[in-house]
Amino acid sequence: MALSAPEISTSGAQRYAGRWTHAIARRAFVPMTSEQVQELLTGHAVRLAQALAAEEFSAEPAREVGRALVEANLTEPDTLGWSLRALTEHLVDDVVPGLALPDQAARLTRLQAALAEGFAWALRDRTFAQQERISRSAWEARNEAEQALRDSEARFRAVFSGAAIGIGIGDLTGQIVDVNQSFADMLGYSRDELRELNVSTLFHDGDAPGIWELYEDLIEGKRDRVRIEKRYFRKDGSELWTDLAVTLIRHDDGRPRFTVAMVQDITERYALQQRLRFQALHDPLTGLPNRTLFFERLEAVLQDREHDRRVGVCFLDLDGFKAINDALGHDVGDQLLIVVARRLAEAGAGAGHLVARMGGDEFVILVEDVDEEGTAIEVAESALRAVADPVYIGANQLAVSASVGVVDRFVTEGTAADLMKAADTTLYWAKAEGGRGRWARYDPERAAREATSTALAAALPAALARDEFVVEYQPIVSLGNGGMRAVEALIRWQHPTLGLLSPDQFIGLAEETGLIIRLGQWVLERSCAEAGRWHKEFPRARLMVSVNLSARQVSDPEIVDQVAGALRHSGLPPDLLQLELTESALMAPGGEPVRALRRLASTGVRLAIDDFGTGYSNLAYLRQLPIHTLKLAGPFVDGMRAQDPASVVAERIVDALVRLAHALGLSVTAESVETLEQVERLTALGCDSGQGRHFGTPAAPATIAELLRSAEMPGG
Amino acid sequence: MLGRDHEPSDIERRRTMEQSRALPTEVDLSRPSAARVYDYFLGGAHNFEIDRQLAQQIAAMTPNLADTMRAGRAFLRRAVAELTRLGVDQYLDIGSGIPTVGNVHEVAQGINPKARIVYVDIDPVAVAHSRSILEDNPLTAVIQADVRDPAHILSEARETGLLDFTKPIGVLLAGIVHFVPDSDDPDRLMAALRDAVPPGSYLVISHSTYEDQPQEMLDAQKLSARTATEITLRSKAQVSAYFGDWELLEPGVVHMPLWRPDSPDDVDDQPERFGAFGGVARKPAAG
Ligand SMILES: C[S@@+](CC[C@H](N)C(=O)[O-])C[C@H]1O[C@@H](n2cnc3c(N)ncnc32)[C@H](O)[C@@H]1O
Repeated sequence: MALSAPEISTSGAQRYAGRWTHAIARRAFVPMTSEQVQELLTGHAVRLAQALAAEEFSAEPAREVGRALVEANLTEPDTLGWSLRALTEHLVDDVVPGLALPDQAARLTRLQAALAEGFAWALRDRTFAQQERISRSAWEARNEAEQALRDSEARFRAVFSGAAIGIGIGDLTGQIVDVNQSFADMLGYSRDELRELNVSTLFHDGDAPGIWELYEDLIEGKRDRVRIEKRYFRKDGSELWTDLAVTLIRHDDGRPRFTVAMVQDITERYALQQRLRFQALHDPLTGLPNRTLFFERLEAVLQDREHDRRVGVCFLDLDGFKAINDALGHDVGDQLLIVVARRLAEAGAGAGHLVARMGGDEFVILVEDVDEEGTAIEVAESALRAVADPVYIGANQLAVSASVGVVDRFVTEGTAADLMKAADTTLYWAKAEGGRGRWARYDPERAAREATSTALAAALPAALARDEFVVEYQPIVSLGNGGMRAVEALIRWQHPTLGLLSPDQFIGLAEETGLIIRLGQWVLERSCAEAGRWHKEFPRARLMVSVNLSARQVSDPEIVDQVAGALRHSGLPPDLLQLELTESALMAPGGEPVRALRRLASTGVRLAIDDFGTGYSNLAYLRQLPIHTLKLAGPFVDGMRAQDPASVVAERIVDALVRLAHALGLSVTAESVETLEQVERLTALGCDSGQGRHFGTPAAPATIAELLRSAEMPGG
Repeated sequence: MLGRDHEPSDIERRRTMEQSRALPTEVDLSRPSAARVYDYFLGGAHNFEIDRQLAQQIAAMTPNLADTMRAGRAFLRRAVAELTRLGVDQYLDIGSGIPTVGNVHEVAQGINPKARIVYVDIDPVAVAHSRSILEDNPLTAVIQADVRDPAHILSEARETGLLDFTKPIGVLLAGIVHFVPDSDDPDRLMAALRDAVPPGSYLVISHSTYEDQPQEMLDAQKLSARTATEITLRSKAQVSAYFGDWELLEPGVVHMPLWRPDSPDDVDDQPERFGAFGGVARKPAAG
């Protein structure tokens, strides 16, 4: 049989596979190149042909081909149809041309049947397998997702039940759905009890305004989170302070679903805060409100500007507290402060006033409503009375007093700081008035004056540096011949905003601040320089310059050097310089001034006592001093007026003084000479020279030079 | 006391953003899945009634679509075979679907048995399925992730330990980028992926288009909205831009069957009827 069998044609098999490929490759997805498909199908064609032509027929290879088609993913139903048809139509012609077996038709039918069976079985198996696989995958994926969900639920449960923080879940009606044990414990209810409640029953009278509006916003979805401090009542009625955060949970599409509240018990923290706040606002020694609290209250009063409200402050300070502390020790001092604090509190608090300790021995009473008549003064007086009762501390009986500065004003008149500054100033006035147990009331005008002085004093050094001072000269004229014998140097301040200031407006300040030393030296040098120039130009006039020395300058060890220096620099002969000193400058204790005066006199300058007769000069002492001139104080000359009966007395005094001076070998200059009549009388009394408006007001150096020039002219 | 609140609008915005990035937490088998519909078109049985219904609906409207999918799969096969022959031995296949046959690892490992592949898909069923199939293949791994979160994909891919990010990687985005709407800024996503791999790496993209398409094809695309995501058709220029400055391999971005066919006979008379562009590009050396 085998010998008679026609050969399998390889090219024929390829042709057959080509048709096959062409028919099916585009119908199904094949994970191969078309070449690979054709190669595969060529193999199948050969196997089918071999099976057909085999001596011992078996349809099994066709079954395998059917299965192999499925395995190659050639699963489209058309594929099967074509494959079956091609078996009868093309296999013999293409692959085993000429084959003619007796049972050939039956064989082909059996091959067809086997291929179809193989294909169907394989497809069925594959479908089952794939279906099973995808179902299992779906199941696994779902399982995994559910497991993840269960895990996260379990985690959530663990967090929920184990959290120290209270957690509660509420629905949109406010009904509590669930709470954890911590929340229940905080409120003192059981979880079941809480699950019966609506959040609105947890309302607290002390809830901050707007809390419930916030909650409404939340459940309406207008906000996603609210965080507040809120109070609750526990079941037993006690109070619970919490830090509460409520979060809105939404559906996937954004609709509000429920709310989750996280609650932290901050009751202790809150109590501590309250305690700390109390401590921050009270004085530990006396228990009185401290300055912080005082200012808080004062600010609050000052904010209340509705009506024309007046507020008063009494600023009180114990007299001589430092001495008590030093003498009896700080313990006694502290005890005293405690007693005073208690008494003030009793006196003030009874009337509804805030009494605070500002520090040290300073207390302040806030009188929230006062009238213009001085209600605040009544408060100050009652405080003084309260303090004045003797205080017994251990074995000591202390007589204590205090001073009070009282300020009352409209709330609209300035800030708390202004008010307290005024109170401080006023307390200072009360103390300065010299006594103990006094009060002073604020006087805005006085304060303004003092403020001006303070400002001027502060501006002095800069003014000196900026050369804002000028010196003017007032003639001193011989009463004998009417000639100008000297000029007094008078300092002026050319203030940039206040205009020309006279010495009485700033010399006192310069003395207080000590600037007088530098200012005095400046005047000395300037005057000597000027006088030196006059002397050079008009040597025959022998014009003397008279310069004031303050008490501080006299006691300055360098004064002699300064005077000598000024003379040296200016070339002014010493006897053309006169230094004017006040009686008080001479009366300093310890004999220092005498020594200074001697040394000054030894330089050859002349010395004069200014304003003589206003102090209490010891005449005997006067004798010992190297003085050349007395300048009679203005009031004596003022008193010498015609038609005034008192002028007789004045005249006698001047007469006596002139005689005394002359007896001591001193010359006399009268100040404040204003009228011709005064000139005549003074001349009659033997007074040597005069100074005053009658002879000329203080003038610029050029004016003096002018006078000297005209005096030199013949007939001048 | 309420100062710590956020503006509601802010929260709203963030919430929706977070949601869009979250992976599906539930497996909803009552909706068709793109991966399973695709499998059906490829002749697989990894699908359910709901998937087949949709597939038949689509097929009734446009008989071409099944061809398109087969052509897409064939394009991917040719591209991977080509890259593996060029020496690429590691792949990141994003949107890998349900591997019935002709999977990337089969193609690549058929040429280079040491080739490693990391599959990424968003569909939890597809991921579970891939895992069950690849159980015995130690050179593959499967990640459930969203292509819109490239940072997540890259960190998970690194975690598998299969890919060496200092060596060229074949990044495969076959039939997936059209699932990313413009509002998710696909340009940015593509740039992030391009930046993550070293020079010498390749990018393979196939993407559906409206260019040269008949109306019924376009209508069919709308049906895809019934699966998890809608399809966004894009122009050749837009698809080309996804390759950035990488060098396109010949013949560039073309209708899929035109991309290096196995033989000229394989090319259809109307290659545009498949409605999708394919292209492959190589990352140039830095600088
Ligand atoms: C059409 S299939 C492509 C399969 C395969 N890459 C191919 O070309 O033969 C698209 C796949 O992308 C997946 N997919 C869709 N959107 C995705 C996303 N945002 N992130 C990751 N995968 C996504 C689907 O689950 C589906 O398996």
